[in-house]
Order: sequence, then C-alpha cells, then structure tokens
Amino acid sequence: MNPDTALLAEQVRQAYEDRKPLRIRGGSTKDFLGHASPGEALDLGTYRGIRNYQPKELVLTCRAGTTLDELEAVLEAQGQMLPFEPPHFGPRSTLGGTIACGLSGPARPYWGAARDAVLGVQLLNGRGQVLRFGGEVMKNVAGYDVARLMVGALGTLGVLLEVSLRLMPRPAHTQTLVQERTASEALTAMNRWAGKPLPMSATCWDGAQLFIRLSGTPGAVRRAAQEIGGEPLAPEAAVQFWQTKIRDQQHGFFLGSDPLWRLSLPQAAPPLSLPGEQLVEWGGAQRWLRSDQSPDSIRQAVETQGGHATLFRGAEIPSRFHPLPPSLKQVHRRLKAAFDPRGILNPGRLYPDF
Amino acid sequence: MPSSPESAAFHRAHQRRSALVAALRAFLPSEAILAREEEVRPYECDGLSAYRQLPLLVVLPRTVAEVQKIVRLCHQKGVPLVARGAGTGLSGGALPLADGLVLSLARLNRILAIDPLNRTARVQPGVRNLALSEAAAPYGLYYAPDPSSQIACTIGGNIAENAGGVHCLKYGLTVQNVLGIRFIAADGTEIQVGGACLDSPGPDLLALFHGSEGRLGVLVEATVRLLPRPERAQVVLAAFDDLEKAGTAVGEIIAAGILPAGLEMMDQLAIRAAEDFVQAGYPREAAALLLCELDGTDAEVSETLAQVHALLLQCGATQVRTARDEAERARFWQGRKAAFPAVGRLAPDYYCMDGTIPRRKLPEVLRHIAELSQRYGLPVANVFHAGDGNLHPLILYDANQPGELARAEALGGEILERCVAVGGTITGEHGVGIEKLPQMCVQFRPAELDQFRALEQALDPQGLLNPGKGVPSPRRCSEYRQLPKRAS
Repeated sequence: MNPDTALLAEQVRQAYEDRKPLRIRGGSTKDFLGHASPGEALDLGTYRGIRNYQPKELVLTCRAGTTLDELEAVLEAQGQMLPFEPPHFGPRSTLGGTIACGLSGPARPYWGAARDAVLGVQLLNGRGQVLRFGGEVMKNVAGYDVARLMVGALGTLGVLLEVSLRLMPRPAHTQTLVQERTASEALTAMNRWAGKPLPMSATCWDGAQLFIRLSGTPGAVRRAAQEIGGEPLAPEAAVQFWQTKIRDQQHGFFLGSDPLWRLSLPQAAPPLSLPGEQLVEWGGAQRWLRSDQSPDSIRQAVETQGGHATLFRGAEIPSRFHPLPPSLKQVHRRLKAAFDPRGILNPGRLYPDF
Repeated sequence: MPSSPESAAFHRAHQRRSALVAALRAFLPSEAILAREEEVRPYECDGLSAYRQLPLLVVLPRTVAEVQKIVRLCHQKGVPLVARGAGTGLSGGALPLADGLVLSLARLNRILAIDPLNRTARVQPGVRNLALSEAAAPYGLYYAPDPSSQIACTIGGNIAENAGGVHCLKYGLTVQNVLGIRFIAADGTEIQVGGACLDSPGPDLLALFHGSEGRLGVLVEATVRLLPRPERAQVVLAAFDDLEKAGTAVGEIIAAGILPAGLEMMDQLAIRAAEDFVQAGYPREAAALLLCELDGTDAEVSETLAQVHALLLQCGATQVRTARDEAERARFWQGRKAAFPAVGRLAPDYYCMDGTIPRRKLPEVLRHIAELSQRYGLPVANVFHAGDGNLHPLILYDANQPGELARAEALGGEILERCVAVGGTITGEHGVGIEKLPQMCVQFRPAELDQFRALEQALDPQGLLNPGKGVPSPRRCSEYRQLPKRAS
C-alpha cells in the first residue's frame, strides 16, 4: 500500500478504535451542502493525481483529491470531457467531493449524471479497510454496485480514495439559442424537443429567457437550430453562460440573499406557484427557488408533483435534505451501520441522526 | 413413484409443502400455486440450464398486495424465496432452492402508464423488454437497453441483473435507464426509491438494486426512461484478415470522438456459423468482422458515416460495406443477434461466457483464449460487444461425453480469471448468479466480500432472498483458493 494511503487508513482505523468522528474534507468548497459534521478533519486535499488515463477507452482513474480544474485540463488536451459537467464551487473543488455530493451540471439530463459516469471506486470503510468496487470497464455486474452507492452519500458510507470514470469525446460543434418564453411555455417546449432526436445538451429558463444548447456534428447542430429557432448566442458568451453563470452558479439569480432551494421534479411537471424567484434547468428536472417560505410548504408543493426539495444554501433548518419516509430511512440507517458500524464518517452531514 | 433422487427429495418435502400451500391458500387462488412435480418442473432452471433444481413450490401472484403477503409469510416462516421474471438469465440467478419457493412475477405484466411528455413509463416487473418499446413506439419513443433475449426477458429481470445489450456504449446499461423502483423488502415492507425525477437524496440506492439479483428486495414496479427514436440508424460492416487489426479499428473510432450506437466484433468461427445459419451476407473468409452502428439525426449519421468508412480502411479493413437499405441493415444485425444459436449448431452444447476487459487488452486475451481452447481441446467462438470490451466467448462441448462439461467450465473459469488479471471483470452483463461464485473469490478480496455480506444482512437479516447467489460464502472462497493452481 502507498504510504499516503496507509496514513489515511490508519487515521480512520484509529478513529474507529477511539469512536471519534471524522470530518472528510477535500477542497472545502462545498461545506455549505448538508449539515455541519463534528469531528476531526480527515484531509484528502493533498491525496491527488491521475492514476490511469486511457483516452481510447474513454476511461480515467484518479485520486479523490484531484481538483476538477486539473482533471479537466488533462481531458481537454485529448479532446475529451466529463459527461456530467460538474459544478466548480471554487478552484479547489475536487473530484472526490463532487462524487460524494453527486453533483452534476447543465448536461445532466442529456449526457447522464455523476453516478452514471462512475465505473469504480477505491474507498475506506468505517473500519479503515481499503476496499475496491467496480473497475475501469463500462460493463461490470460483479458484486453489488457499491461504487455508485457512494454517489450522494456525502462521505457517510466511506472515504473515497480513487474514482474511475467514463469519459466522453468533446462534441465537434456547439451552439446556444435564446428565446423569449414564459415558464410554462419553456417547460413544454423543452420537453417536446427532448422527445425528438435533437442534439440538445443543456437547457435553462432564467426567469425571462429560454437558453438551449445544441452539441454534435456541425450539420446536425445547424439543422436542429433551424428547427428550434431563436437568437444565437456568441460562442464566448455561451461558454460564460453555461459554465460560469449556470454550472458554477454565478448568475445574478444565485447571488440573492434568500435561502436557495434545489427542487428535483419530473421534467415536465407544471410551473410551481411558490413565492420567490425560480430558475429552471435540466429540461425542468432541476429547479432553483429563492424563497423564505417555510420548508414544509415548499416540500409539500414539490411532493404533490412527485419531487423532493433540498435546502442548498442559506438558513439553518433541521433537515436540509428532503425527509425520508420511515421505512426508507430505516434502510439508509442500516446501510450506514453496514459500512460504518461506529458512525464515525461524517456523522450528521446528510441526516441529523446518522 | 419418484423416478430420481431429486424427485424423491421433492416428495419427501411433502409435509413442509402442504403446510405452506395451506397458508398461501388464505390469500391466493389455487391456480396461483404450483405444487405438483410436473407443474414446478418448468421452473427448475433459467437460461443456464446446466444447473437444475426443483423448487419446493411456485407461486404466481397477480397483484402487488399478493406479492407482499407472500414475502411476509416467507419472513414469518423462515422460508427462502427466489424471485423470477422470464427465466432467461444466463448465470443461474433464478435457480430455485429445494426448500424455497419460486416467486414468479410473470403475471405482474402491466404497463401502468406512459407519459410521453416526461418520456417515462411506469411498469410492473413482468413487462417484457420489447413489449415496452412497442408500447412506446406510437409516441416516437423507445426503451434503450436491448439484451439479446429482449423478446422474452422482463424489465424486473433486467433490473435484477442490470442487463446490457448491443447499445450500451452510447445508451448505458439498465441502471442508466431506470428512474425509480418500488420493492417489497425482506420483512414485507413496501419501499419506494426514486420516482419520475432524475435523482433522490442520499446514497444511490437505486443503483445498488441494479444487478442485486433479487437479494435485496422483490421488485414490484419500475419507472423507466424512454428515449426518442433516432431519426436514422445506419450500420457499416467491415471485414479484416486479422483480429488485432479489427481491435485497433475499434480504438481508432472511439479516439476520433465517435460514439457508435453499437460496435460489435465476431471471429471467424462465429462469422461462419452465423452466415451458415441466417445468410446475413458476411464474408466467410474474414478473420474478424466489425459491425458499427451509427444513429442520430440524418445529418449526423451522414457526416459520421464517411468518417467511419475512411477510418476502417485506414486500419486495414479488407472490405467495408454500408447497408444499402433497411432490409440489409436488419440482415447484418440478424447475423450478430443469431450468433449464439448459430454457434450452438456447431456442437451439441455451448457455454456462453461474459467477461469484460479494457479494450487495449483484446489481442492479448484473444491469444490466451486460443491457447486455452487448444489445451482443453474445445473449440471457442468469440462474439464481443467490442465498443465496451465485453467478451462473449462461446465454448463448444458435448455434455454427453463424460467430463466435457467440467472441462468447459474449467476453461471458462480460466478465461474469466484472465479477464480479472488484465484489469477487467468476470461478468459484464449476465450477472454472477450461481455460475460465477468461484470467480468472485478471484475478483474480490475477503474484506470486500465481507462488505458485500454486511450490506446484504442490512437489508435481509434472515438471508431469505435468493440465498446462495451473487456473493460466495467465506468457506467456499477458502476452499476455492486452496485448489491446486491450474497450469497456465
């Protein structure tokens, strides 16, 4: 075992012995997500580096502390990218943190989520054992899919050491179109187009305008642009819009002071009439709400549409993630005990009681 | 009179069976309970017919409430159960247990809703894979995963095994195409994970259930993603005089930034068998054949087609043909889809393997398979999902020759172990089931297997859901590891 891996394993083993909680930390750019967790820091920020990159296989393995910036620069040099376009909430955002939080960006409904790109992981469980699940191949059904189970677990089931990912070629051509639309028109339009074989790669309604990104071969993009219509956005402005403003949340909408809610809904669910501003992404599947309404009223409105609501930034409430039905919560609680019997990994980060 | 030891054992379990039937009759009609030997016989195996076992009995519920009552009863009485879809699985995942019941979900076969605007369908587990795509067709939509058994196999079984197909490289496996499930937990509780949204909070339980082979819960409903049917699909056939050149061509296509909908390879034995069987128009003299399917909008396909054509010639293809029309395209694919039965005609029996390797290791692994084939004296035909490195070596043997099945299994085991050694996996899409338990001990270390068992116990503390599959017992692994190392 590598000395630096052994060191991390030893820290977890010691914490297991001492029954002392650990707070897993990468670049500390997503501390706002979920609840504060007590405990000593387990630092993965220096546990970095690409371990294996096979461009012809569209596969990469790197250590969890590798920053997204570093990773994406390496991929770009080979004309490839992470299909899920993860947000960077700062230059120190790491791959491990991104996967643990299960965060995906604008392309998510069209090219898949972070979990879809994960092929394998190496992790430390709550006993400090170094374990490997999944691998570096696209198709793999040997054993339970523990690698993907880690996505969204916020480090509560294991400390991610290495992650293997499926990559994709960067599309040859991209164009963004802008149309004036109401929320209701935008939702219908986005979903109608998604039901056709058009090369859409991102959609966003920002309160007044609908932005549609098309990606693919030049001819396919040109033809789809004719079918969809709208004003083309200049290429630099388009990159600025999708990456900085939407993916990394620098759009004016995200800079307000009211609590920021992330609503996950069926894509074509009608506009929710909740007090506050809304920004719609992912063809309607991800909607952002700035509102000081009570968590209960927001969650109730979302639940009636079959969705769930996360308090993403701001305020302090007992459960930032949508409360689970008791039977499902019991499953999560038992899984936590199976991976982390002494409850030392990021306790309370996801749900206050485990 | 019982005619075999197995049959005798079946009849000895008479009392246990009667007691269970009596309890089931409280909520199931008699036609939903199969308890006579001739009635349960058809359920003795799945697609891996080398393994057979008569179950204690078979139940065929029609409703979720009935499934729930059956699971509760098993929980109370400590009776193990094996959930079953169409029984097309290739790893013995649905092999019955002598002291357990088979819970067939074949009658829960309704498509509950199709939502064209959301592009989702809510289905019961017994819905057939192809029936779903047919039902979605009027909306211009389809369900992407298409295992070879799609005419018969069910969505429930697809989820249990995380089934693939020929279009995984572009459209993913089952796990990438399901949004939500409802299952009955081991204690009879009904639990919903996900729904029609794209995600749910916390650890990805939905992914965990995919490929769990009915060991974490009994699936009773799924919400799946439907995709728009591509405007055009076109297939290119390329022949090579050398397998390695064909392997290189696959890498070059991907490196050029092209993501084909399907990218399949066959070796000479498979090519000839398929050609003799369905007259697909394959070149019989070729050492390797590639089928590359491109789909998308008309413009996209035209642009990429020219690029692929040029690449294939650059890589040394001796012949490159684009299907002239839909009929020829269907024929090209028919040869590939019929490859298993076609190879099956060459020998009394064949054994289909399912390893995945990093694609760059293909030449090395193929050479090794050829050596093994010689050493064991059994022919091996090779069919691959080349785009994603998923190999299906087909080992030809004759089960009536004493010792040949064991030799075929040993050969297969060695192929899988080589897949692990080069950084791959023992199963790409068929699952572990009963078949690959020994190789699980090769792919995973004891601590990893312990973690699997802990996870399983968290959801099924009594170990009643499909026990003995998927994860080998520690004892089995230590026995396997002590076997004398085979010469390699």
